[in-house]
Amino acid sequence: MEQAVCDINHLAECLVQSGVNRDLANLLLSLGGAVLVATVPLVTVLFLILTERKVAARVQDRLGPNRVGPFGLLQSVADAVKMLTKEDITPNGADKFIYNLAPIISFASVILIWAVIPFTPLHIGADLSIGILYFVAVASIGTVKIMIAGWSSNNKYALLGAFRTIAQLLSYEVPMVLALLVPVMIAGTMSMQEMVQVQGGMWFLFMAPVAAVMFFIANLAETGRAPFDLLEAESEIIAGYNIEYSGFKWGMFMAGEFIHAFTACLLAAVIFLGGWWGPGVEQVPVLGFLYLGLKTAVVYLLALVIRSTVPRVRIDQLMTLNWKWLVPISVGNVMITAFLLQVVKLLGLQPQSGDLLAALPQTIILLLGNLVLVAIVVQALRNQGRAQRLADEAAKHDDEQTAIVAVGD
Amino acid sequence: MAVLNEWAFIGVFFSIAWVFPFLPILGARLLAPRKPNSIKQSTYECGVETVGDTWVQFKVQYYIYGLIFLVFDVEIVFLFPWALAYNQLDMFGFFSGLLFVFFLFDALIYAWRKDALEWV
Repeated sequence: MEQAVCDINHLAECLVQSGVNRDLANLLLSLGGAVLVATVPLVTVLFLILTERKVAARVQDRLGPNRVGPFGLLQSVADAVKMLTKEDITPNGADKFIYNLAPIISFASVILIWAVIPFTPLHIGADLSIGILYFVAVASIGTVKIMIAGWSSNNKYALLGAFRTIAQLLSYEVPMVLALLVPVMIAGTMSMQEMVQVQGGMWFLFMAPVAAVMFFIANLAETGRAPFDLLEAESEIIAGYNIEYSGFKWGMFMAGEFIHAFTACLLAAVIFLGGWWGPGVEQVPVLGFLYLGLKTAVVYLLALVIRSTVPRVRIDQLMTLNWKWLVPISVGNVMITAFLLQVVKLLGLQPQSGDLLAALPQTIILLLGNLVLVAIVVQALRNQGRAQRLADEAAKHDDEQTAIVAVGD
Repeated sequence: MAVLNEWAFIGVFFSIAWVFPFLPILGARLLAPRKPNSIKQSTYECGVETVGDTWVQFKVQYYIYGLIFLVFDVEIVFLFPWALAYNQLDMFGFFSGLLFVFFLFDALIYAWRKDALEWV
C-alpha cells in the first residue's frame, strides 16, 4: 500500500494509517484547527490595542506608549498582567450568573466569526455554504451580550448604555445585511471561499462601491466606533454597559471590542477587496496571509483615523442617518444591482472566465448604476441642506422682526 | 461527509470559543485579591447614593425601532435565497423581488409618515 504523505495537509490520512479511528482523527484535526484559528485573534488583540493607541496618539500630536519594550510593543502585555491582579467586584443586587456570563459571550461571539474567514486558498476554518449568513447570525450575538451586561449590572448608567446600544446595533444591522445582499447576488454564492474566488477578475469594491461604503459605515456603528460610540460615551453615560465591570471581565469586553472592530475590517477586505487575491497567490498560497493582512490593515487604519478625528453624533441624528438615509439607499442599491444584473444577462456580458478582461463589461455597467445612485443621494442631500438653510434664514428674519418691533415700542 | 466535517469543525469551534475567554477570567479569580465589603460593592452613579429601582420602565421609542427592525430582518431572511439564486432568475424574478421589497418598504414609509422615526 502506498504511503500517504505525512505533511500538514494530509494529517488525517497519516493518522488513519498509523492506526487511529477515522472519526477520532477527524475530531482531533478539528480540535487542533479550532485552537489554532481561535488563537490568532487572541494574539492579534495585543497588537491591535497598541496600534490603536499609537495612531490615536499621532493624530493628537502625542507619542503614545513607548516605554515598555521596543517601541512600546509590550505595553499590552503589561496591561494584561495588571488586569490579572485587579480585584473583581460584583456590585450589590447584580444578577450574578448573567453578570459573569456577559464578558464570556462578548469574547466568544467575536472569535466565532473567525471560523469562516478564508485566509488563503487553502487555509480556512470551515468553508460553510452559508458563510455570510453564519457571520450575520454570530455577529448578532454581540447585541445580546451588551443587553445582558447593561441589564444585570444594577446601575442606571449601564442600563442607559444598554438601551442606546440596542437601538443602535439593531438599527445598523439592517443596512449592513442589505449591503451584504449585493455581493451575494453578484457572486451567486454565500460561501466565503467561493466569494473570494469569484473576485479573481475584479474586486467587488468596483462592482458595488455603494454597498462597500454602506458595509463600512454600518460596521463602524456595529462595533461602536466613533462617530457612533454612543454606547460607551464617557462624557455622557460614563462607560455605558461595562461601567460596573473590573479586572479581567472588563478586559474581556475591551478585547472583544477591539477584535470585533478588526474582524469587521477583515470581513470588508474579504468580501469587497478580494480577500487573499494578489500577485502569485495561486502558486504560493501562503502569500494569501500577507495580502489579506495588508488589505485589512488599510481598512483598519481608515477606521482608526475616522475614530480619532470625528466627533460623536447625537442619538436622534444616529437614528435619522440610519432609517432615513442608509436603509433607503441600501434597498435602492439592492434593486438597482438586481436590475443591472438582468441587463448584463440580456446583453450576454456575464464574465465567462476569471480574468480582468472578462469581468470588465459587467463592472462598468454596475459601476455606472452605482454612480446614478450616488448622484440621486447627493441631490437629496443638497435639497435637504437648502431646506435647512431656508428654515434657518426664516427663523433669523423672524428674530430681527421681533427685535425691530421691540425697539419701535 | 465533507459537509458534515465542516459542521463538526463549527461544533468544536463553539466549545473552544467559550473556553478561551473563560480561562483568563478563572486565572484572574485565582490571582486577584478578593476582599469584598458593602461600600466597595455599592452601585456608583453620580457621586450621590443611588435613588430608587434600577430596572425601570423605559422609553417606548426603543420598542418602535425594535418593531421596524423586525420587519426588515424578516424581509432580509427571505431576500437571501432570492439573491443566492439570482443568477438563474430572469426579468420575472427581478420584478417579483421588486414587488416584495416594495410591500415591505412601504411599511417604513408608513412609519416615517406617522413620525415613528422621530426621536422625541
